[in-house]
Amino acid sequence: MSYLGQQLVNGLTLGGVYALIALGYSLVYGVLQILNFAHGDVYMVGAFLGYFVELALGGPTKSIVPVPIMLFLMFAISMIGTGLLGIVIERFAYRPLRGSSRIAPLISALGVSILLQNAAQLIFSANIRSYDTSSFIPSTLGFSIGDVTIDSVRITVLILAFALMFALSRWVNKTQVGRAMRAIAIDRDAAVMMGIDIDKVIRWTFFVGAALAAAAGVMNGLLLRGVSSGMGFVPGLKGFTAAVIGGIGSIPGAMAGGLLLGVVESLTQGYLSTNFSDFYTFILLIAVMLLRPNGLFGKKAIVKA
Amino acid sequence: MSEQQGLGIGTDEWVAQHEKRLARRSGLLGILDLLNQKVSPAIRYGILGVAAIAFGLFVDDFYLQRIAANLGVFLILTLGLNVVMGFAGLLDLGFVAFFGFGAYAYALTSSGHLNQHWPTYLSVPAIVIVTAFLGYLVSLPSRRLFGDYLAIVTLFFGQVFIQLIISSDSITFPGNEESTDITGGSNGIPGLDPFVLFGYKFKGAADYYWLLLVILVFLIIAIIRVDRTRVGRAWKTVREDSLASQAMGIKVNNLKMLAFIVGAAIAGLAGTIFAGIQNSVFINGFDMPLLTLIYAAVILGGSGSIPGSILGAFVMSVLPEILRVQNYSEILFLSVLILTIAVLGKSWKKFAFNIALVVLIGFLVKVIVSALNIATTPAATWAIAPVSKALQHWLVIPQSRLLWGNIGFVLLISLIAYYSIAKEKIKFYLLPLITYVAIFVWEDRLVIEPNTTRQLIIGMLLVVLMIVRPQGFLGKTRVEVL
Repeated sequence: MSYLGQQLVNGLTLGGVYALIALGYSLVYGVLQILNFAHGDVYMVGAFLGYFVELALGGPTKSIVPVPIMLFLMFAISMIGTGLLGIVIERFAYRPLRGSSRIAPLISALGVSILLQNAAQLIFSANIRSYDTSSFIPSTLGFSIGDVTIDSVRITVLILAFALMFALSRWVNKTQVGRAMRAIAIDRDAAVMMGIDIDKVIRWTFFVGAALAAAAGVMNGLLLRGVSSGMGFVPGLKGFTAAVIGGIGSIPGAMAGGLLLGVVESLTQGYLSTNFSDFYTFILLIAVMLLRPNGLFGKKAIVKA
Repeated sequence: MSEQQGLGIGTDEWVAQHEKRLARRSGLLGILDLLNQKVSPAIRYGILGVAAIAFGLFVDDFYLQRIAANLGVFLILTLGLNVVMGFAGLLDLGFVAFFGFGAYAYALTSSGHLNQHWPTYLSVPAIVIVTAFLGYLVSLPSRRLFGDYLAIVTLFFGQVFIQLIISSDSITFPGNEESTDITGGSNGIPGLDPFVLFGYKFKGAADYYWLLLVILVFLIIAIIRVDRTRVGRAWKTVREDSLASQAMGIKVNNLKMLAFIVGAAIAGLAGTIFAGIQNSVFINGFDMPLLTLIYAAVILGGSGSIPGSILGAFVMSVLPEILRVQNYSEILFLSVLILTIAVLGKSWKKFAFNIALVVLIGFLVKVIVSALNIATTPAATWAIAPVSKALQHWLVIPQSRLLWGNIGFVLLISLIAYYSIAKEKIKFYLLPLITYVAIFVWEDRLVIEPNTTRQLIIGMLLVVLMIVRPQGFLGKTRVEVL
């Protein structure tokens, strides 16, 4: 029982990270109907920024500020910086392609992905860097429920992931930009006619999506420590899958999809096989596509053109 | 009004006059367009064929033969992806997994690894059929779905393929105590049997070169023929507008699956030959970098165009070989740079002015650097190839190469991005600055890391191409009705 509980906690933590990535895919898809393949690499940039903030503040062992402030700054600076990167990517790689064929933005996104990955490799070198979390957040902190221990890093990540998801739903549902975003997702032409500044909304969407990915990147750094230029591909793929499982374009769907994916992955790794975990996730994806082609929360799409 | 009579049915006036607009281009693009119009396709294929045969007959260099054989494999892959993406418009991101599957299947049936030594005329056709069936299975879940969903299923399929190959080196079957090594894991499978056809045992890359040439001739003819059949036309209508073609009674899903399966089979065939040439298989040849290379080739040449695919494959497979040698890479870089300025400058006068400004900036920087007494890297350490030797009195490389190279790189990307949105007047003065920074970054940083540089160029190319010329070099302009 304790083993199951432990796997569930791990799965939820991992799922929180996936959900944040998936949200970025879904937000962008909802507004622009394009798949932002570069999202995984945006996540990688976020993880790097977090690492450099940590380094700038004196590194893991000789931090010049208290640990909570350091964590806060790591997340805040990384999210803002990466969010700006998201806006830049949209401006230069996607906006010129608005209104062109369906496949052009996908290819452009593929190009941005390769560009980001190799630019990171060129600038930061191919070495794997480490957040070295255990030297500033001792894993002995934390608490246990019964036999299940939840260490402090996981608590931080879990709380933060859920807080960000909650903040996002508030943002989408309550603010003016969020409302405009939903309007564009339903009918872009009508939204433009109602006087919605579509460029502004798209900028916000990319900013928020990239910032969430950056948060996920920093979380991944805290959990697994390693940061490298190629780290974005697999989590990007998982986030993408989570978004599709939940129903791409749907925000609750992305959250549920991410959490489900994390738990399934953690359980299959715990009970079946570590080496084949991606294979089981693939089976899950296939099963969802066969049974509910529009995802768990997706609406039935009426496709034109 | 006599213009209007020349229009065919279903041709828009704008499209019809496109050729004329091209012809009016001045500067370098105009000359290229003229050349493109004067030479007929038959002559082009003829020249290509003669060149290929001449290469096979007269080139003895082992290294060049190897490159040519790899180019042949790459060409098959590009033509295969052109069917899937160019004709049917499917974004198949698991394409290299089928290539890998073909290679591994050949390795398993023709090596001492599982102690299977099938004859070539049996194993290759069997593998092609099995790969096609695998393609059918993968396309099943995305049967009712649209382009984006196919992308995720195939992308994931590629990832799962890699994981399965890496992890299948110790599988414990039920009822068996010891684990079995099926795929060799990350060590790969060495020592494959060479192809044996008509009693002739293949010896080296040269033999595979001739086989590839024969296959390519058949493949190109087959694809051109299919392109003109009912199926070929239907693929194109599905690509252009799947809803409208469904309304016309075309079986959209079946056609999409057919394209997918044909693509998988072609990739599988390429895989078997690749395994034969390499004599061994390793998993790290079948992942994202190769996929992006094939995509870049198809898109660069022009998705849907067969000559385009051939051109794209040439450029994309020769590029890494050139980048590997500093001498060649510098010449290539400078000539591409000058060509770009010539194209962007639009007229010869502006071009000359641009070049003069670049030279001026170089000397200006040199003067400033020496006036400020900034430490530089001695020219002897970086100017080792003829081009950089020629540049050594003009270009300055600071002492901390890595730092300045990275700063220059970021600056370069920012400048190029700004260039894309700048006003015409600013663009004119921005271009020489970008050129200078590009030369600086190239000599300082990029020339040292050919692999990263290649990927950077591909990434940049994909983005720029999609914005400037989404139809690729030899593709046809399409007017999309949205």
